[in-house]
Amino acid sequence: MIPAAFDYEVAESADHAISLLGEHGDDAKLLAGGHSLIPMMRYRLATPSVLVDVGRLDDLRYIRTGNGTVSIGALTRHSELEHSAALAEACPMLASVAALVGDPAVRHRGTLGGTIAHADPASDLPAAVLALGGTIVAQGPGGSREIAATDFFTGYFESVLADDEMITEVRVPAGSGGWNYQKFNRRAQDWAIVGVAVAGGGSGVSLVNMGSTPIRASGVEAALAGGASAAEAAAAAADGLDPPDDLNADAEYRSHLARVLTERALNAAGVA
Amino acid sequence: MTITEDAPGHVGSRRLRKEDPALLTGEAKFIDDLALPGAIWVGMVRSTEAHANIVGIDGSAALAIDGVNEVLSGEDLAPLWGEGALPCAWPVTPDMKNPAHLPVARGTAKYVGDAVAVVLADSRYAAADGAAAVVVDYEPLPAVVEIEDAVADGAPLVHADLDSNECYTWGLWGDNAPAIDAAFAEAAHVVSERYLQQRLIPAPMEPRGCAAVPSPAGGELTLYSATQIPHILKVMTAVVLGIPENKLRVVAPSVGGGFGCKLNVYAEEILCSALAMQRGAPVRWTEGRAEAAVSTIQGRGQVQHIELAADADGKVTAVRVKLLADMGAYLQLVTPGVPLLGGFLYHGCYDIPNYMFECTSVFTNRTPTDAYRGAGRPEATYAVERAMDSLAVSVGVSPEEIRARNFIGADAFPYTSAAGLIFDSGDYQTVLDKAVALADVDGRRSDQAQRRASGSSKRIGVGFSSYVEMCGLAPSRVLASLDYGAGGWEAATVRISPTCKVQVVTGSTPHGQGHETCWSMIVADQLGVDPDDVEVLHSDTAVSPTGLDTYGSRSLAVGGTAVYMATEKVIDKARAIAAHQLEASEDDLEFSGGVFRVRGTPEAEVPLAGIAFAAFTAHDLPDGMEPNLEAHVTYDPPNFTFPNGTHIAVVEVDTDTGDVDLIDYVAVDDCGVQINPLVVEGQVHGGILQGAAQALYEDAVYNSDGQLVSANLGDYLVPSAAEAPRFRLDSHVTPSPTNPMGVKGVGEAGTIAAAPAVINAVVDALRDLGVTDVDMPASPQTVWRAIADAQGGAS
Ligand SMILES: Cc1cc2nc3c(=O)[nH]c(=O)nc-3n(C[C@H](O)[C@H](O)[C@H](O)COP(=O)(O)OP(=O)(O)OC[C@H]3O[C@@H](n4cnc5c(N)ncnc54)[C@H](O)[C@@H]3O)c2cc1C
Repeated sequence: MIPAAFDYEVAESADHAISLLGEHGDDAKLLAGGHSLIPMMRYRLATPSVLVDVGRLDDLRYIRTGNGTVSIGALTRHSELEHSAALAEACPMLASVAALVGDPAVRHRGTLGGTIAHADPASDLPAAVLALGGTIVAQGPGGSREIAATDFFTGYFESVLADDEMITEVRVPAGSGGWNYQKFNRRAQDWAIVGVAVAGGGSGVSLVNMGSTPIRASGVEAALAGGASAAEAAAAAADGLDPPDDLNADAEYRSHLARVLTERALNAAGVA
Repeated sequence: MTITEDAPGHVGSRRLRKEDPALLTGEAKFIDDLALPGAIWVGMVRSTEAHANIVGIDGSAALAIDGVNEVLSGEDLAPLWGEGALPCAWPVTPDMKNPAHLPVARGTAKYVGDAVAVVLADSRYAAADGAAAVVVDYEPLPAVVEIEDAVADGAPLVHADLDSNECYTWGLWGDNAPAIDAAFAEAAHVVSERYLQQRLIPAPMEPRGCAAVPSPAGGELTLYSATQIPHILKVMTAVVLGIPENKLRVVAPSVGGGFGCKLNVYAEEILCSALAMQRGAPVRWTEGRAEAAVSTIQGRGQVQHIELAADADGKVTAVRVKLLADMGAYLQLVTPGVPLLGGFLYHGCYDIPNYMFECTSVFTNRTPTDAYRGAGRPEATYAVERAMDSLAVSVGVSPEEIRARNFIGADAFPYTSAAGLIFDSGDYQTVLDKAVALADVDGRRSDQAQRRASGSSKRIGVGFSSYVEMCGLAPSRVLASLDYGAGGWEAATVRISPTCKVQVVTGSTPHGQGHETCWSMIVADQLGVDPDDVEVLHSDTAVSPTGLDTYGSRSLAVGGTAVYMATEKVIDKARAIAAHQLEASEDDLEFSGGVFRVRGTPEAEVPLAGIAFAAFTAHDLPDGMEPNLEAHVTYDPPNFTFPNGTHIAVVEVDTDTGDVDLIDYVAVDDCGVQINPLVVEGQVHGGILQGAAQALYEDAVYNSDGQLVSANLGDYLVPSAAEAPRFRLDSHVTPSPTNPMGVKGVGEAGTIAAAPAVINAVVDALRDLGVTDVDMPASPQTVWRAIADAQGGAS
């Protein structure tokens, strides 16, 4: 449980962070809340030789609403999402999902940018952003680009983010529509064994821990668009997926859970 | 004088623990807080194979790391201990197999986690880097992983020099076999069940650690260790390494829990001690959390077969038990004895005339097992309480009725059990009645019926567990009859200082329980002083040289009794001085509230403070009396104590997902007289959650190669406060006649009772769906599959 040796740099700004990343190449990793990266380092599953600490970039901690969009700074803590009155108003789904991440200590350290960049298919907020049809703003040496959440995740802990890019902002459309989030786990602090996010009255449905990325349940969305009932649509939740096998659930049980939880989420989101 | 009549006293009050301020503010010092400049840090290189010949150890990459100084193999280290092996103190049978267990393996690694080499470094970080960089070349051998595979035909051998994997077979039935056979032949109901006790990983807040500090000039060694047993560790270290006992001191600093896993003598303690003596420098090691999962003992690990024979009314006439118990690859301090501690209790709290218990223990290529909270008794209680529910179904009566028909009666004490124990006191039916009322069993049952009728997917289940356990370990002669290698007494010294402050030296070794608080309350009431005027010293063999430490819920019943008796002795001496000062006869003196008075002459009185000072100055003591107020007692209990109780778990099971929600938990315990109900409740809460954890969450999962796949706290699910049920506790006190305070013990009761209550509740919730058994832990997937199987195949 002792990490390998590493050097530590404090970034003064996003630009500084990006130039440090450029300087150290793929040996360097950004450190935000550290609640995914440091456990991996302790198990020596990650052995970055340089950590670039962006945790003190307070100018990237904000929640702004306007023009039908909610813009959230990448360093915003889960607990800030959870307790923000503005977010509860503008995007109640995101606030509510943030409250289900880990435990209070995790929520006070973990950041929205960190959980998106980490691209863990078992994480809650990436799936919520996906169902909401969000956008990720990434800054690199050549400037900023906007990436649709649907295009962002590419595999287990992998995304389209380049080694020298940093997420600076996450945007979601204001108003969640009819929404619900079902998180199924065994202990309150754990990641979802399976999770289902429903936004926009069923126009956005995504699945947690049902494959190598957070997954848009396009079969469910299409069935609903075609007039299927919640129960009928939910029956398709696991179709074509290759869910993981682990100590908590094998693929068969996971698929069953996905169907049960999708129906529950749709019903709770007001889809009959 | 008895504690109960000394009202208004401190005993019985919910006094806050005096230990807590230091713990909560971080002032308490644990093993890793020890500052030892210049210490050599040890990194353990552990086998990644369950069974393999060690072909080569290449330390070159490790030695290239800054701060790594040496890489030593088991061969290199052998001169430190020769053939001296880690001790097993409990040879339960004369022909028990006890393969030599070296602190660092030579030749063959026998489980994942087995130490195969050691790195010596300047810092903990360098030691960790070094250990990770050592390359060990293994030649894999076939591994025995599951218990039943160990005794299968053609099973590979864990120890090539033994002719089987059997460690021992131990039985308890005397000449009763024909009567048992007859009982089964005549029975109207026979229940025959097979249960699995999964292995559990103890997870105290503080993992292990030790530091050995030599004084090269004088040849002394001080061993600091996060241990429950500094006294036993001292004797064992002296014996294994040949260190004269007078040159060895063992200190347990603040210890962050143990649950039995620190009731041991470990490789690292012997290794650090031996190296420190050899190098003349401090040598230390701190365990990592993931390391702990494989290098510290695990608990449970049994396959249980239990059969009950009963007459037409459900009165049980015989119980017959066969166990297969998993020792792991080697025997640790009391590994072989753990199943025996349960072996006396498979009849539960029931009056069953015919009893047969047989245990065959086997070696597997897994981490050694040993005592874990309850040690044998949770396993026994689980088997009999689950089987009693099956019997209730067979007879067609409720779980509470089958228990009522079989309880040992309140008028039967002292009760001699078929297994040969003498139960001290109890009123099992009253305890059960209280629990039934508190849990509103009737209300729950009607809710259950309603939900079943409406086809709800949220089923209600009510589960019972009535238990009796033996603690207060132990009468030394009984231990002798069980071939245990030590006695079961405990020692205490009580001193009163010139200013009438009290020093208690106890041989018990607290590691979270609250002994300082409770011992202070006991002594304060006896002496009429404030508990804050009592200091309690412990856990350092230089301060408390005599003791047998803390495990098996023994501290209060044995160690606390010793403290009580030493205090009585001090009072006797003080009385003699008071009589001398007051020129009265000792018989005419009464002592209460810290003052001696001559009966009938109220103005003739002398406070204890005056006597303490007089004993100190020694100017005017009775002829021949030694100065000072001080007494030492070593108490060997005449019997065990037998706490008991009934626990009721209420669960809601989501049949769509298999999720089990523990919605209510009622526990009515009889732990005898309670010194501090706050401390009792803390023990019961934690104990219940630990038992519920076995029922619902925790599982040391090994794959077929013998790799532990639940080796971290993300995969090994220790529940948190968020998973804890609503605890609703009550108690019923039948004082134990075995000791003067009437106390029994409560450290393990919750854990002993909880697992069967929870699983019985889960099965009760699903019985109408055809489910008759659910394995532990009853994870959502396991429960969902049990339902699907009972309904005829997965959905
Ligand atoms: C006990 C525990 C329980 C948890 N439970 C849950 C749970 O239930 N659900 C859940 O979703 N999560 C859970 N988490 C994870 C938690 O939410 C993490 O905080 C989060 O996933 C990562 O955020 P972070 O800020 O800590 O990222 P870090 O750990 O600092 O970084 C994670 C990765 O992202 C990169 N990174 C960080 N910030 C940026 C950025 N702005 N731009 C580009 N790359 C970046 C880092 O380089 C690193 O590779 C849990 C964590 C713990 C320790």
